Amino acid sequence: MIELEGLTKRYGEKVAVDNLTFTVRPGIVTGFLGPNGAGKSTTMRMMLGLDRPTAGDVRIDGLHYDRLKDPLTYIGALLDAKAVHGGRSAYHHLLCLAQSNGIPGQRVHEVLDTVGLTAVARKKAKGFSLGMGQRLGIAAALLGDPRILMFDEPVNGLDPEGIHWIRTLMKSLAAQGRTVFVSSHLMSEMALTADHLVVIGQGRLLADTSMADFIRQNSRSYVRIRSPHREQLLDLLRGAGITAVETTGGVLEVDGGAPEQIGELAARHGIVLHELSPQQASLEEAFMRLTAESVEYHAHAGSSPRSWGEDRPRRRT
Amino acid sequence: MTAARVVRSEWTKIRSVASTVWTLSVAVVVTVALGMLISALTNHEFATMPDRDRLSFDPTFISFAGMSLGQLAMIVFGVLVVANEYSTGMIRTSLAAVPQRGTFLSGKIAVATLLALAVSLATSFVAFFAGQAMLGAHGTSLGEPGVLRAVIGGGFYMTLIAVFSMGVAAMLRSPMLSLGVLMPFFFLISNILGNVSATEKIGRFLPDQAGSKVMRVVTPVDDDTPYGPWGGLGIMLLWVIAALVGGYLMLERRDA
Repeated sequence: MIELEGLTKRYGEKVAVDNLTFTVRPGIVTGFLGPNGAGKSTTMRMMLGLDRPTAGDVRIDGLHYDRLKDPLTYIGALLDAKAVHGGRSAYHHLLCLAQSNGIPGQRVHEVLDTVGLTAVARKKAKGFSLGMGQRLGIAAALLGDPRILMFDEPVNGLDPEGIHWIRTLMKSLAAQGRTVFVSSHLMSEMALTADHLVVIGQGRLLADTSMADFIRQNSRSYVRIRSPHREQLLDLLRGAGITAVETTGGVLEVDGGAPEQIGELAARHGIVLHELSPQQASLEEAFMRLTAESVEYHAHAGSSPRSWGEDRPRRRT
Repeated sequence: MTAARVVRSEWTKIRSVASTVWTLSVAVVVTVALGMLISALTNHEFATMPDRDRLSFDPTFISFAGMSLGQLAMIVFGVLVVANEYSTGMIRTSLAAVPQRGTFLSGKIAVATLLALAVSLATSFVAFFAGQAMLGAHGTSLGEPGVLRAVIGGGFYMTLIAVFSMGVAAMLRSPMLSLGVLMPFFFLISNILGNVSATEKIGRFLPDQAGSKVMRVVTPVDDDTPYGPWGGLGIMLLWVIAALVGGYLMLERRDA
């Protein structure tokens, strides 16, 4: 279990993480969702004691990270697949981590096998593809057989096969009763993997809800209708107790309506329909609505495209 | 024990990267080879040497002449051991594994220091014997007063140069920045300060100049250096401690 309480991080004037309070519960996959620059990576670095909070607190099973004995056996994290010395082989990278936490050397071979890197274990990490680097980072996270796992944007830049592998892995880890905390800026990704959802924008908590509730509340279904006899149709629907809303281009939308009922009604009164289609608002749209005000970098027409890869304030390293 | 585990882990780290082997090899080869060359040239020119120079002639110190260049490779070794953690991003992985930053840094520096000490002592002895062989009749032997001290001291000197670099790298974090500060400092600034009479008295308190006193057996004529061989090494040690404390405070206070 990870508990955050009033966690705040400021870089000078800029507030990267603003008074976050939530709990990551065991046995489920908790999705940590937010647009780029929302403060997800900063939050995760504070959880691992890498960055010091300006205010507030994070506890892992009740303890601060630096009080954990052999922390890799408590919590395994993939923050940045590039956090590896490129001149070192995958085997030695994992071996030095294992030794620092008293993990037997045999375990290195096991995790290399789990992530499918056994064949390249003696190769230098700088020759690895993005996907292989990600697998090495996951091997490091699994090394101590920890009860808590944390992945920061694990599917970023992966090919479909790699994405599928990571999704399956996360689900199986949660099924084993472990706590899985995974960040993403893609709602569609979270919808496939997460049981619980924590959404942040500009460092602030926007939602802390179960995935099922989020879907129920945010996946609006409606019927979309186009007709040359719009006024007539509106009267007809009103008479049948159905509320239709006019949207752009003369399109009518009926929330929660049944297309069969509307179609039969129109046919009975000889009204021509050009379109009658059931619609489902995507979770992506719901997420964008939720975070619309907090998106740090709005795209402006005419402005040069920004780099969207960076997920934290630029700092000198 | 955490400390013992960190030492094992750091030993795996240091032996599994190529930069350890090549920096230390270059340090050994350059120190020995250049020392032999300068010893041979000195032997050749001894007959034409002015009396004043003959009075200060120090066959032990001459055989260490290669250290002026060889120490640069030791600086690179010290810088890369620490700063590569930052330049590669490995530091975040390392600190997630060992969040006790003081334990992490001291384990890393202890391992690198012991390795540097073993290599430096070997280099110092080899450079001495090779240099004396080149000096021929003008050479000295380990049995002469002060010579063994100078040879062992030479090993300590090279080691402390590496450790000083580790401390500076821990403060500056970037390998390029650290080398950009240390290389000119030891190769140019220290020499300039030491050779200009107005700044000579300041220059002799710089780490390399104070430390190198331990490698001298014969005191130069008119020498008024206010410290002896071990005193000089002590001054160097103070610099090293200051750099390490600075490095520790930076690591402890800053975000990784």
